[in-house]
Amino acid sequence: MEQYINLFIRAVFIENLALSFFLGMCTFLAVSKKVKTAFGLGVAVIVVLGISVPVNNIIYHNILAPGALDWAGFPDADLSFLKFLTFIGVIAALVQILEMTLDKYVPALYNALGIFLPLITVNCAIFGGVAFMVERDYNFGESVVFGIGSGVGWALAIVALAAVREKLKYADVPDGLRGLGITFISVGLIGLGFMSFSGVSL
Amino acid sequence: MANVKEMKSVLFGPIFANNPIALQILGICSALAVTSKMSNTLVMCIALTAVVACSNLFISIIRNHIPSSVRIIVQMTIIASLVIVVDQVLKAYAYSISKELSVFVGLIITNCIVMGRAEAYAMKSTPFMSLLDGIGNGLGYSIVLLVVGFVRELFGSGSLFDVQILPLASQGGWFEPVGLLLMPPSAFFIIGGFIWVLRTFRTEQVEPKE
Repeated sequence: MEQYINLFIRAVFIENLALSFFLGMCTFLAVSKKVKTAFGLGVAVIVVLGISVPVNNIIYHNILAPGALDWAGFPDADLSFLKFLTFIGVIAALVQILEMTLDKYVPALYNALGIFLPLITVNCAIFGGVAFMVERDYNFGESVVFGIGSGVGWALAIVALAAVREKLKYADVPDGLRGLGITFISVGLIGLGFMSFSGVSL
Repeated sequence: MANVKEMKSVLFGPIFANNPIALQILGICSALAVTSKMSNTLVMCIALTAVVACSNLFISIIRNHIPSSVRIIVQMTIIASLVIVVDQVLKAYAYSISKELSVFVGLIITNCIVMGRAEAYAMKSTPFMSLLDGIGNGLGYSIVLLVVGFVRELFGSGSLFDVQILPLASQGGWFEPVGLLLMPPSAFFIIGGFIWVLRTFRTEQVEPKE
């Protein structure tokens, strides 16, 4: 149990996908003008990461990993070179299914998250989360915790940035820095803040 | 056939006038984390330029045969296959660098520049022009990345391409490395500064007041 809590804290604060690995930056910068939309996108990322990391974990360990096809009679098969193609397909399919399910059964949630879901398919944060899961060789339980944790971390970062940007409107920024430039610098400062968590472990 | 002037603007436009990172906020995602060393940065730039050029070329060749309802999936598949090729080549010929780049080579797939150029340019242009556009955008991306990598490695560890340029204080020299530059947030500051410099010279890029 302790190991899971530790992993969760690390995924949220220390190895924050947005601030220390620069993942999902395009959407991070483009959709962080208002706290409300940022929050919606954040929740959508948590949901998609929380589902797609464990699902890809199952697929990787049962089909793609070297020797994983033993159960089907191919003990020597190594399909790991197909992993990028598979992951991106699985993520796209999952997002599509999630969108349809929400539309049918939870229309209220669909109205809140719907517009963000297609955006998320190509969000590097999702793909990055999945790739890290493979790279670090997480088992199923760890991948669930890691998926949700890194989603929460990303959501936290984008909401924080949106809050800063809402206030930035009232600041007198030098011409060349206005808009994108000052946003980058704010992200850097938030990142510095998050770095103070490094070293925290249970 | 397009004339020479148009070719030039397609190839060199994205470098300063219409830089994909500084202006269109595309493709920052995967690559900043690899800019703490010049050698990694250079490999990443070459990999991305190759992928975006080839994907533009191939997508443009088959653009009239792709049904528009499944075009995203077709583009994704082409890009992912190209990235797999790049990844395998790196693993075969530059194993240590491919280990250091770890997941970030794979992340070229979700790099918005590749997808964005395929969708915005290659789907409606001739193969040759698309190839040029791909190379141009790859170069525009590389310029920003190389500048960031240069500053981070030179002042963060006093070296370039792993060759010691500034003698370190810890080894009897005079240079005290700036540890902050090796940390992730510094890349944001450097890009912010890069945008500021770029827009000081090209004032038409300054964003209007809200």
